[in-house]
Amino acid sequence: MFKMKLKQISVFLENRKGRLQKALEVLGNANVNIRTLSIADTSEFGILRMIVPDIDQVQSILEEHNFVVKVNDVIAVGVPDEPGGLEKILGILNRADINVEYLYAFAEKKVEQAIVVLRTENIDAGIKALTEGGASVLSSDEVYEL
Amino acid sequence: MIWNEEAECRAAEEKEELQLKRLQEVVKRAYENVSYYKKAFDEVGVSPEDIQALNDIEKLPFTSKTDLRDAYPFGMFAVSPDDIVEVHTTSGTTGKPTVSGYTQNDLDLWGEVMARSLTMAGGDRTDRIQNCYGYGLFTGGLGVHYGAQKIGATVIPISAGNTMRQVEIMQDFGSSILTCTPSYAMYLAEVLEEQGVGPDKLNLKAGVFGAEMWTEEMREEIEKRLKLSALNIYGLTEIIGPGVAQECYKKDGLHIFDDHFYPEIIDPESLKALPHGSKGELVLTTLTREGMPVIRFRTRDITTLRPGKCECGRTLVKMDRITGRSDDMLKIRGVIVFPSQIERALLKIEGLHPQYQIIVSRPHQLDELEVQVEASPVLFSDEVKHVEGVKRNIEEHIHDEIGLRVNVSLVEPQSLPRSEGKAVRVIDKRNL
Ligand SMILES: [Zn+2]
Repeated sequence: MFKMKLKQISVFLENRKGRLQKALEVLGNANVNIRTLSIADTSEFGILRMIVPDIDQVQSILEEHNFVVKVNDVIAVGVPDEPGGLEKILGILNRADINVEYLYAFAEKKVEQAIVVLRTENIDAGIKALTEGGASVLSSDEVYEL
Repeated sequence: MIWNEEAECRAAEEKEELQLKRLQEVVKRAYENVSYYKKAFDEVGVSPEDIQALNDIEKLPFTSKTDLRDAYPFGMFAVSPDDIVEVHTTSGTTGKPTVSGYTQNDLDLWGEVMARSLTMAGGDRTDRIQNCYGYGLFTGGLGVHYGAQKIGATVIPISAGNTMRQVEIMQDFGSSILTCTPSYAMYLAEVLEEQGVGPDKLNLKAGVFGAEMWTEEMREEIEKRLKLSALNIYGLTEIIGPGVAQECYKKDGLHIFDDHFYPEIIDPESLKALPHGSKGELVLTTLTREGMPVIRFRTRDITTLRPGKCECGRTLVKMDRITGRSDDMLKIRGVIVFPSQIERALLKIEGLHPQYQIIVSRPHQLDELEVQVEASPVLFSDEVKHVEGVKRNIEEHIHDEIGLRVNVSLVEPQSLPRSEGKAVRVIDKRNL
């Protein structure tokens, strides 16, 4: 089961001009391959969330540059790239009474599907519900290889 | 025990009568013998004859640390230098030191107020006083020394430093009273613990701690670790040295020896005298010093005065523990706030680095306080609501400490300025 969990790295961004750019520049200089990212923005701070294959390396690069980071588990689900795909996934979680804290998606041309990254409060419960509901939960290897 | 019951337990009217008589004398002595005071009084058009009541003291100009420093070395002496039998100085870390000159009567006075202090801490002739205040130009060592001799105790003049020796002597001599800075007491406790010397192997009963700011939390800690009664002493070289005020067993404020040192509280901004019970800057006048009388000295220490009779029997006015220095004091919406209070609040939150900056602004006629705190991995999360919860938690801790609502912003680590020595903690944008 644990193989189905995907690692995500989050970076604290102060609400100041150029901070996102700075973080991305640091990663770009280190030739980090970012599979996908999303930004949660409030009026006071931001959280940059990323899926990267070599998470330990990214963590140490960012920490060296004084960023505060956090690594945690998320769930990746393959969704057919067609109308109603995402709704189906959310329906499964809703029926199992599982709250989604946040989600973001990216399209993958090679396989004609979208990958949805989901954060539920209890990751194990989320994976269980999704698998039982017939969703295609992707392992971290599958996501990195895409 | 009370060392000088007559002086320490006087009825209010009687004390005020004595204070007025002494104030008139010292103002006259200062005016006639110190050119600085003559000039300063003449400038504001006040003369010694204008002191007809105690509150006439408010007509007199203040004396600042700079005024004393400008008179370096002996310009503030009110007697011939030949009548000075001892001198002490401040550390002079921020420039020339301030010199304090003592006549023989001044030394007797110093012994008297220190005898009162040590007696107030429970000391008598049966005690062995381990005096770890530095001997030398610093007033701590000799001040305690004179008082200890006056009460007939055995003084161990070990001075500061050499901790291994301190620990050894403390055990071998059975020291019963410890006199040092509170931070040194903490350090001694640590060393004793490392060496496996429990308080049961010691004979300590009381500690007379001063010369730096400390907190109730520190008191509890020291008392627990050294099994003694930790009492606060207050003094300044400019006034006499240690022995201006001392805490009794009630541990509810320090009794100022106000028959010799006349205290006032002023608003450090308007410089107006404040009534008893208000928080403000302590101003002291030496009523009986001969060698170097000091009139209305601005101590920069923030406290409150509380008159009345204490449970211990003394009627000496009480001052609260010093909570800050007027130099770092902030007035936000009329409330006095010190950066140290904010630091204390931050230290209560686990995992938080107390790197912070305070920004005061007045965007719409009303003061606003923003506290920037550096984020740390323990406080951070991938979830917005969690980070917002952390921010609110910090805001609540600060509110509990200062009684004001603040806005906390989390900033990236290492983003707040760090300077050599004193950190830049406060940015006041109000243009007051
Ligand atoms: Zn008392």
